[in-house]
Amino acid sequence: MFTIVDRRLNPSGKSLANRQRFLRRAKEQVMRAVRDASAKRGIKDIDMGGDISISPDGIKEPTLQRSSSGGARNYVVPGNKEFMSGDKIKRPPQGGGGGQGNEGADDGDGQDEFRFVLSREEFIDLFLEDLELPDLAKRKLAVTDSLDWHRAGYSVSGSPTNLNLVRTMRNSLARRIALNRPTGDEIKALRVEIDDLERTGRDRVRLEEAREELALLLRRTQRIPYIDPVDVRYNRFDATPRPAAQAVMFCLMDVSGSMTEHMKDLAKRFYMLLYLFLTRRYKHVEVVFIRHTHKAQEVDEETFFYSPETGGTVVSTALEEMQRVVEARFPPSEWNIYAAQASDGDNALSDNGKTAQLMKEIILPICQYYAYIEVGQDGMSPGLAYGGGVRETDLWRTYKSIAEPVLAMRRVTQRREIYPVFRELFAKDGVAQQAEAGA
Amino acid sequence: MSIITSLGNVLGGGAAAGGEPLYQGADWDYDKVRRVYDAIEQVAVQDLGLDTYTNQIEVITSEQMLDAYSSIGMPLFYKHWSFGKHFARDEAMYRSGQRGLAYEIVINSNPCISYIMEENTMTMQTLVIAHAAFGHNHFFKNNYLFQQWTDADGILDYLSFAKEYIAKCEERFGHVAVERVLDAAHALMNHGVHRYPRRRTPDLRNEERRAREREEHRERTFNDLWRTVPGKAGGASPLSDRDRRRAMLELPEENILYFLEKKAPRLDGWQRELLRIVRHVAQYFYPQRQTKVMNEGCATYCHYRILQTLHERGQLTDGAWMEAMHSHTNVVFQPDFDDRRYGGINPYALGFAMMQDIERIASNPTAEDREWFPDLAGRGDPMGALRHAWANYRDESFILQYLSPALIRKFRLFHVADDARDPEMKVAAIHDERGYRAVRHALARQYDIAWAEADIQIVDVDLVGDRRLILEHRVLNQVLLDEASTKAVLQHLADLWGYEVELEEVDPATGARLKKHTIAPRRVLGSPV
Repeated sequence: MFTIVDRRLNPSGKSLANRQRFLRRAKEQVMRAVRDASAKRGIKDIDMGGDISISPDGIKEPTLQRSSSGGARNYVVPGNKEFMSGDKIKRPPQGGGGGQGNEGADDGDGQDEFRFVLSREEFIDLFLEDLELPDLAKRKLAVTDSLDWHRAGYSVSGSPTNLNLVRTMRNSLARRIALNRPTGDEIKALRVEIDDLERTGRDRVRLEEAREELALLLRRTQRIPYIDPVDVRYNRFDATPRPAAQAVMFCLMDVSGSMTEHMKDLAKRFYMLLYLFLTRRYKHVEVVFIRHTHKAQEVDEETFFYSPETGGTVVSTALEEMQRVVEARFPPSEWNIYAAQASDGDNALSDNGKTAQLMKEIILPICQYYAYIEVGQDGMSPGLAYGGGVRETDLWRTYKSIAEPVLAMRRVTQRREIYPVFRELFAKDGVAQQAEAGA
Repeated sequence: MSIITSLGNVLGGGAAAGGEPLYQGADWDYDKVRRVYDAIEQVAVQDLGLDTYTNQIEVITSEQMLDAYSSIGMPLFYKHWSFGKHFARDEAMYRSGQRGLAYEIVINSNPCISYIMEENTMTMQTLVIAHAAFGHNHFFKNNYLFQQWTDADGILDYLSFAKEYIAKCEERFGHVAVERVLDAAHALMNHGVHRYPRRRTPDLRNEERRAREREEHRERTFNDLWRTVPGKAGGASPLSDRDRRRAMLELPEENILYFLEKKAPRLDGWQRELLRIVRHVAQYFYPQRQTKVMNEGCATYCHYRILQTLHERGQLTDGAWMEAMHSHTNVVFQPDFDDRRYGGINPYALGFAMMQDIERIASNPTAEDREWFPDLAGRGDPMGALRHAWANYRDESFILQYLSPALIRKFRLFHVADDARDPEMKVAAIHDERGYRAVRHALARQYDIAWAEADIQIVDVDLVGDRRLILEHRVLNQVLLDEASTKAVLQHLADLWGYEVELEEVDPATGARLKKHTIAPRRVLGSPV
């Protein structure tokens, strides 16, 4: 007697709850490990899971054990080839004796690091934990045109396509029973009886009665309709305004000759983080790449990062291009607009006024957030002046004069600064402090 | 290859009488499993005389096998981060290919549940069914330790209760509070077992009834006169305060979790219940820790005999037999101590070798065996002898009783004594006439859990003073406790107890006090008194 049970279709991941408890327990170490790991990663793999190793300190499970050194011990070991009793053997270097085997190595002791694998979801969650999109006043006022329809019970009026058959038939049935409408079976039975009586020709009285009955039933059938307009029910749909759950991210970059590969790389990393972050918060994220020299154009990603371009630097062209794209494709009432601009801070002197005006009057009002990243040469603060003090670049000074909470500015010179800067910008309460923190 | 095949044909000489192979090829399906199970059962019951719980075989995926690992093989278990940690490590090792998965997991329950993996070939399923569903199953049902200490009928229900109870506690008191109690309880888990059968304590209802009866009796026989009877002159009780206190608290007590559950002053009811659950789980696994060699030896011997018999009868193809033997030899491989692969004595290897040895001694003894095992040698009925051994021994006593000189020679076992006071280790005994008994004795000791684990007891509570809990470690062979982990465990203990905890390491031979650890509670679990 035995039973065989197929458990393969049972949901797997039974230990998920345990895993979550474990991650919660080791959170600090895991977070640290995630940050370290992400620093080493290429940009493309930033949103993948992966091997994580953490120190076993916080996750030890201590037990009362005897120490692994000192005292008198006895081991019985297999595989004697040369020893005679009474022989002396040198102690193996690290405790454990001639082969204490697995004892004691069970937990905590022997291992330096605890290695395990994080899934992609877990990795990203930890990576972006306690970051938040700045929640700005403008969006609250925004009226959205787009509506979401969803089921909201039943109504007595509606279009035929929304007819709810089940409800309708249920009502009809109830009414027919209540008003005692003759059923098809009753009428059929009576007709058969009349037929029978007519053919045989006996019992005339019963025939008359039956005919009358039938006439009555037919009359009732006509008066009490099978489906009455009062039975009919329609599915009701309610419209709720849909919050704009889509975002567009504008990547603006100066690609003039003064931007080195290193600077572009820094910018790219920042864009990647922002993109990753936006995709976590919005269902749908579009990315628009605008590069500029003394003129600006919208390009694809490949061109944006890798195609060389020369020319002067006029920032306002990029802003104008952005304004054009927004007007053409991304009405601010439907889209959350984010912009990230990367530049080495150069701008044509004559353009600064126009840039400031454009920003203040057009760009910033339509943006949820505008991040300006000033990238510098590796190991060198951008715009290092002759005297050794920090000289503010043209663009920096221009933007600083705007001083709107929507606009955030940071300087980055090294790869490892990208993530801290990003965190600073989006830390949960970081919005307020950003304006003056630049210098 | 042709030689092997022809050898198979010779072996399969009885095939004409035995009949058709049960299956061909590597794929398995339910029909084949059913056929094979029936064939195995016939061999197991008729030829080996095994007596098993009803079997329930569950087919699972490798993913589910990993899941099962993390909750110590049990089909349901309460939630705790440490299981998640083990799961994460097992998964990482499995995915990176450092470690394969076990072929099976078997649970000591009634019906006896064995898991088989869908990826395995039909031959592996056959091997696993013979190994787990019959070998382990027989051992679980018949070994005295399991009979005495585990309740195969009730375990799954109990675990399901425990899981729900702990989940409810988490809901009500918060994850953190529950986790802290469980952490502390897990740290003391090895000291949460009763090593000796105790008087069965009556259940609560009976307890209450008895208390009532006692009260009634006292009321019935009340006589005020007794009050006037003068007391004994001098009045001093022969018992000292300490003795009375210890008697009242039922000290000394080595089951620390039990003591805390019953006597810790500050714990809440649910916290006591959690300690009780952990204690029960520890108790359930206690026999398994004492019978690794026997349990695996029994199961390995059974699968070997069963498959061999099936093959002899022609019910197993030669190919399947070769495949099974390939896995079998991998399992019972014992590397030498100087081999890189050495990781202690392989319980499968030792167990299987000992079972085969018993079979040999019973049916075909040498003069040496007759001298060493006068009762066993040549008595015939090897299965009877084996079943007797499986039922009535644990690893330590089994090795002490049955490890033969022939086997010591085969394994080339030798005994190394390592005294920290000497500059070098000494080979105390090898596989020669003078050494057999010493080696056997030392090996048995190695498997004695009472020797492997520190002997720690609660000896006193300072009731008049600061309620300090006093424990004693009776040091064996001058091996003290590991400083760091002891501190951590005592911290947990102090948190549970709610007051200071003191652990003294004492040499029982000389009475010398070697070391003292004192820890004050950091975050008391439970409510203030």
